[in-house]
Amino acid sequence: MKSDRGDIELAGICKSFDGVTNVVDGVNLKIADGAYCCFIGPSGCGKTTILRMIAGHEDPSAGEIVIGGQNVVGLAPVQRRTAMMFQSYALFPHLTVRDNIAFALRVRGMSKADRLRAADAMIEKVRLTQFADRLPAQLSGGQQQRVALARAAITEPRVLLLDEPLSALDEQLRVQMRQELRRMQQELGITFIHVTHTQLEAIALADLVVVMEQGKIKQAGAARDVYAHPHDRYVAEFMGGQNVLSGRVEKVNGSTFTLAQAAPDGIEVPLQARSTVSVGDRIDIAVRRDDVALVRPGRELPPGCSTSLPSRVLAIEYQGYFVKVMLDTVPDDAFVAYVPEKTFFADPFTVGDVVMATWATGSALPLA
Amino acid sequence: MSAVLADMPKTDMSKMVAPATTKAIAPSKGGRPWTFYLLATLFGFYVIALYGPMFCIYVLSFQDIRGGLVFPMKGQSLHWFVDLFTQVRTGDVKGSFDRSIKLAVIVTVITVVVSFLAGLGFRKRFRGDTVVFYMMIGSLVAPGLVLGLGTGLLFQALGLNASWYTSALGAQLSWTLPFGVLVMFAVMSRFNHVWEEAAYDLGASRWQSIRLVMIPVLAPGLVAVALFGFTLSYDEFARSLQTAGSLNTLPLEIWSMTLNVTSPSLYALGTVTTIVSFIVIGASLGSIVLIQKKRGSSTKG
Repeated sequence: MKSDRGDIELAGICKSFDGVTNVVDGVNLKIADGAYCCFIGPSGCGKTTILRMIAGHEDPSAGEIVIGGQNVVGLAPVQRRTAMMFQSYALFPHLTVRDNIAFALRVRGMSKADRLRAADAMIEKVRLTQFADRLPAQLSGGQQQRVALARAAITEPRVLLLDEPLSALDEQLRVQMRQELRRMQQELGITFIHVTHTQLEAIALADLVVVMEQGKIKQAGAARDVYAHPHDRYVAEFMGGQNVLSGRVEKVNGSTFTLAQAAPDGIEVPLQARSTVSVGDRIDIAVRRDDVALVRPGRELPPGCSTSLPSRVLAIEYQGYFVKVMLDTVPDDAFVAYVPEKTFFADPFTVGDVVMATWATGSALPLA
Repeated sequence: MSAVLADMPKTDMSKMVAPATTKAIAPSKGGRPWTFYLLATLFGFYVIALYGPMFCIYVLSFQDIRGGLVFPMKGQSLHWFVDLFTQVRTGDVKGSFDRSIKLAVIVTVITVVVSFLAGLGFRKRFRGDTVVFYMMIGSLVAPGLVLGLGTGLLFQALGLNASWYTSALGAQLSWTLPFGVLVMFAVMSRFNHVWEEAAYDLGASRWQSIRLVMIPVLAPGLVAVALFGFTLSYDEFARSLQTAGSLNTLPLEIWSMTLNVTSPSLYALGTVTTIVSFIVIGASLGSIVLIQKKRGSSTKG
């Protein structure tokens, strides 16, 4: 029955703290062994509760959690062979780095010499050898994170659970530690489950991105899938990088349909996966911000573009390799174009200019 | 810019920064505002009022055989200290001191253990927790003398003999336990419960998590609780008065001496008990410093 596999299956798990509202509401998910999985969503969406249920710090109200083919509900973390890295690391303040890392071995009754040897090997792995005798309070945030990682990994768990591991760090360190997490995950070859509310973190790290809202999974898939092909308006807006437009379907013609908008000819959208579009439906579409091109009125549209929306420039932000241009294209929603720096400065716009926002017809994505 | 800063030696950096910080903290011209002198004078009076009376006692206890109960000082010797421990007429100082120390130690142990357990119990809210809490705090408000009287009466009604290690112990605990628990709550509020969760995650049993995480982290706080328990018991008078039975504790002995001893022995006793108190407080604070230092020193290796 014992298995070293760290594949996880969540089968209809629910969690309610008050017996009335479900914080986690019927979540089904399969995570492959050795995958890096990121749960992402706004605070209160239930992502941390799912993590804590997998870790064994919370019991689901309903459903099964299967790790390596074994239902682990009701088992202690040690029996599950999971380990958790807490948000603020929860390093023991009275123990040195070495003793913190050796703690799990100590409570298992391993002899002092053995456990310190094992701890020292782990300390070397996370490159903390010169800090082995320090207390947590004498370490920087990045070093503390490495201690927490080493402390959790020393028992050779099959699943490592990380609760917003990078949120306590400053921006620069966050990017650096992000790489370190990924490196550790590949080195250990075990399943990582990482909870975050930072989109960039999720798509940079994860093999599997799980977007959550109000206790439910909105979309789960590879990072690129979730970012480039959001399933619905929520995911598109949450993951960012997309403009979401909504309108009524005016006509359906073959492989495309037309969305009524404040444009002379409406917006032409490819049908793609959505086969059930009928005239009169209200529908959301997404257009990537970096797919939007801006053309001065009267000029010819780039090839492949059939839709152009007249807009006024509201604000311009220089971002380095691109320029963020905010437009009033749609009445209620933000509409933004990411224009490559060189293109922008070849013919720069100023606030108040009227431009035509356009994109290749094929790049518009109908949403559920 | 950053390259320029990096090239500079460290000492230059600190020189650059130092004047700005000192300027921000203190006025540059060395003159203190008039309120400083006012408050300093006030504090001076406070110290005199606090230590002046005690100091009179200490000084007068070092007179020679001609010494009396009031100034002026007559000679200098340790005569009254010798007198204190040899003369029978001054009362049973040695015995009562002995009893007081033993009682204080018992009270300390019980207070620390019960306060720690109460601290553990109140980590989470439970049904009726506020009722339990206020019932516990209630005995802090009850007048000590009345409480002692009641304890004495209860023992009599139950047909038990009042003595320092039964009824007086109980009466003192009614005072030290709520105090200890309150201090413990303050100590526990600084304990991060994620540490317990982390210990559980790493496979520690309940007992291991208490022994290896909670107690070491809370150790300085537990010493503080112990100090409270000891000093509250050691100088407790009101609650012991009707409950100590036939053998006196030290505060009771001192009180009875004030009634029938008219020599500087009384002052010598005051000096001796003060020294004991200072030793106890010094040992407690010393052990806290030692705990902190032990944590600090293991970092240098």
